[in-house]
Amino acid sequence: MAIGWYLAVSAFVFCIGAAGVLTRRSPLVVLLCLELMLNAGNLALIAFSRMHGNGDGQIFALIVMVVAACEVTVGLGLIVAMYRRRLPIDVDRMRDLRG
Amino acid sequence: MSATTYGWLVLAFPLAGTVVISLLYNRLPGRTAGWIGTGAIAASFLSALGALFMLLDHGREERQLVGTLYDYADTVGVDAQLSILIDPLSVLMALVVTGVSALIHLYSVAYLASDRGYSRFFAYLNFFVFSMLVLVLAGNFLLLIVGWAFVGAASYLLISFWYRRATATSAGIKAFVINVIGDVGLVLGTYFIFKHTGTLDFLGTFEKVPDEFATNDGDLVAGCILLLVGACAKSAQVPLHTWLPDAMEGPTTVSALIHAATMVTAGVYLIARMHPLFEQAPVAADVGAVIGCVTLILAATIAMAVTDLKRVIAYSTMSQIGYMVMGVSAGAYAAGLFHLMTHAFFKALLFMAAGSLIGAMAGTQSLDRMGGFRRAMPFTFGCFVVGGLALAGVPPFSGFFSKDEILLLVGDRGGWHWILYAVGYAGSLLTAIYTFRMIFRAFLGDPVPEARELEQGHVHHAGTPTNPMTGEEEDTDVGFPGPEHHIAERSLPMKVAMGALAVGAVVGGVVQIPHVTEVLHDFLEPTFSESELYEAHPSGGLTAFGLALGAVVALAGIAIAHRVWVQRPGTADRVRARLSGLHRVLVNRWYFDEAYDAAIVRPAAAVGRFAQQTFERLFVERTLMGGATGIVRAGSSAVRAAQNGFLRYYAALLLLGLAALAFYFLLAAT
Repeated sequence: MAIGWYLAVSAFVFCIGAAGVLTRRSPLVVLLCLELMLNAGNLALIAFSRMHGNGDGQIFALIVMVVAACEVTVGLGLIVAMYRRRLPIDVDRMRDLRG
Repeated sequence: MSATTYGWLVLAFPLAGTVVISLLYNRLPGRTAGWIGTGAIAASFLSALGALFMLLDHGREERQLVGTLYDYADTVGVDAQLSILIDPLSVLMALVVTGVSALIHLYSVAYLASDRGYSRFFAYLNFFVFSMLVLVLAGNFLLLIVGWAFVGAASYLLISFWYRRATATSAGIKAFVINVIGDVGLVLGTYFIFKHTGTLDFLGTFEKVPDEFATNDGDLVAGCILLLVGACAKSAQVPLHTWLPDAMEGPTTVSALIHAATMVTAGVYLIARMHPLFEQAPVAADVGAVIGCVTLILAATIAMAVTDLKRVIAYSTMSQIGYMVMGVSAGAYAAGLFHLMTHAFFKALLFMAAGSLIGAMAGTQSLDRMGGFRRAMPFTFGCFVVGGLALAGVPPFSGFFSKDEILLLVGDRGGWHWILYAVGYAGSLLTAIYTFRMIFRAFLGDPVPEARELEQGHVHHAGTPTNPMTGEEEDTDVGFPGPEHHIAERSLPMKVAMGALAVGAVVGGVVQIPHVTEVLHDFLEPTFSESELYEAHPSGGLTAFGLALGAVVALAGIAIAHRVWVQRPGTADRVRARLSGLHRVLVNRWYFDEAYDAAIVRPAAAVGRFAQQTFERLFVERTLMGGATGIVRAGSSAVRAAQNGFLRYYAALLLLGLAALAFYFLLAAT
């Protein structure tokens, strides 16, 4: 099977993720969409790995998963902390860093 | 120990005194600061004596010793070392400076006892002595300039010592500004000489001068004239003299130390030290002699008309330094330095006696208000008379020998120097008159209320202290004079200091009596060994004529003063009424201050105001600074708009950026 289909799926999933990050306001859903984007990247990496016939891409994909796990840990921790301090769970209302 | 080690010790003690007093200024009880300061200077004097004895152990040819502590810089032909030169001239100066300063410190211990700035005063005073010693012991131009500038700064601090008095602070500023003119002259003059000789060291410079410069070489004359500018500013010679009378705003002991005995003689020392240069540039030396001559007569005429006690003595200082500058410029080195020494004794004595008198008058300085203090203050009166006789040049007091020797050697040069000789004796007559005018007006005649009060055993105190110049009311807190006034009759330290100086003023002349003793001349000979003018020996006839003339002139001056102010008290008013125009010129000090005000101060102030209003306000503040801040402000507000805090907005920007990059690489790949 040609690599094009894999890449097409990967790009499609990436776009869904990106659209979610840009449009949703709940931090939890933003995190989920980020996971989608990362996994789209993983899919592309593994497809290229198969095409070239060596394992480098798969190792990269494993590392991306580790990074994603870390990121989810930190992100979910932040969200739980926000919830417990009764802060609004809404990325648009968390704009204390505006200049 | 070697002579140079003693030389470093001479410098170390006053510096240590300054540091100790400044660090502990608010923890020293009572008069401790005064005693520390006095002790430091006394130790310095003893070290100077040690240096003298060590120097006398050397043969006559080896009495110029250089001690180097370390090389400050030795690059591109500049040999700046921290070195001192111990030779007869510097040792003589160090002895005079430390000796007189020690006595003045002793006097100040009592005189300023009630002042709130007591410790500060002694820290300043020790710093001044240290600076002056750096100046006279310096072994190269660099250290000389450092000492020169330090002395100006110390003088500023001490003149403005009562810093809440507006007149005192403005006098300090004036003195400092004029001294800086002198500093600039000294530095530029050094440059003109250094350009040719390539060394900053004194001895090295003097060695090279005859080879590097022809007689009256243009650069050398320019350098020497610039050195003279420095000397004139420091020694209050015309036309840079206007700061000295104003400097009398400082405490009387400061006037005695700085503006009579030591600092103002720095110019004389400079000319004597630089004599190989001036002898190679006779034009510059002649300029110096004429300046000294003009100053001595001008200052003497002003002293005739001024009625402020301290200012009369200040003008007499200017006049006497005029004699010294004329002497050393005309080649009478030993005589000029001899007069420097005797003058330090009798002028410090006069100022101390004046301080005691001003104490009895509760701060008032005007001669018009004084009178009849003879019986109330016998000791002060005696000291004032001794100082006055020495200043007037009455034999056998010290001033008689020193002043006549200067005039004798100047006259012996012949030619137009005879004019200087004649003017010198005319000045001598005026000196005797104004000196005894002071004495007769202050001590003879009917006692004023203050004198009567003192005769009954009570020192007068003013109800509210006022500024003697303007009459403004003052308090007695820090920054103003203290509440107590001190007179010599009541305090031992003042009495001891004045007594010692009185002895010096009486017998100081014996070290150099023409054709009898030549102690000073012989002692200074190694410094001036290569000078042709140094060995001039006027004939016996001229010497005897000069001495007789000097004595007659001095006694005639005293007789005139006695007739005008004692025998016929109204004479002075009649003379003033008849010569009202001349009197006005003299009281206004020949309009020097007004001329400088019109020619320099006011135009400078106008230029400054113009620059401030147009250049600074419009160009610097509005255009340069306003423009720069405007650009930064506009830029930052534009950038700040991007930082709106919306997370999704940032994410969108990120994605857009990435997409743009990807797009670019895609295009670039095809």
